[in-house]
Amino acid sequence: MAFTTSKNPTGVLIVEVEGQLIVGNRQELKATIQQALDNGERKLLVDFAKTGYIDSSGLGALVSISKKVREQGGELRLSGLNEDLRSLFELTKLDTLFAIADDSAQALAGF
Amino acid sequence: MEIALRIPSEVSLIEEVVELVARHCFAGWEPPRRVQFRFRVALSEALANAMVYGNGQQPALCVEVRAECLPDALHIHVTDEGPGFDPASVRDPVMPDDLELPCGRGLFLIRNLMDDVRFTPPGNSICMTLRRT
Repeated sequence: MAFTTSKNPTGVLIVEVEGQLIVGNRQELKATIQQALDNGERKLLVDFAKTGYIDSSGLGALVSISKKVREQGGELRLSGLNEDLRSLFELTKLDTLFAIADDSAQALAGF
Repeated sequence: MEIALRIPSEVSLIEEVVELVARHCFAGWEPPRRVQFRFRVALSEALANAMVYGNGQQPALCVEVRAECLPDALHIHVTDEGPGFDPASVRDPVMPDDLELPCGRGLFLIRNLMDDVRFTPPGNSICMTLRRT
């Protein structure tokens, strides 16, 4: 389980979730995003192309992160959800809360 | 075939336990990716609920996992040492006003991902069934 961050030329901070996003590591993701916000980042993309599964704590962490980013005038997008991961967002109706792109290229194109 | 584990309430162990039980349950049977996904999410969720809400994340309190791998179905039992709860009191978290809540989706996910879910009174033991067909 790891979070890899990089910044693209247009100023979007990309956080890749490798492995699982679950109760055991959700705080690490929240801390990574908080650090980015503290550093002045306002365009954030969380990419799940390398993610196995997400539990409800991981979904909850994304909800909290979304709120925090919005409160600070930023924008958060998600990308790379495979069919299984996307089904979790649809089941919980969280697909209505997040801007979800098929892949990071599509997400970055519209930022 | 059956596997039984007794583990301390350490959330850092969840991923490893899920993989161990999955390897056992999927030995000799390779279900579609979607079924494996449902299994892993539901078991991860049940373990998290047992450790965090059931046992209050007290490492001294343990969670028991027992998986029965039958020809027609998998039955996964997860039991904590807490006082239990009334599962009927947990409401679905998909109402518009609840969407931004950071918690409350665990049981909802389990119920939607598994084929059958039953609790044993007083509510500290869950049995999740995943049919093979």
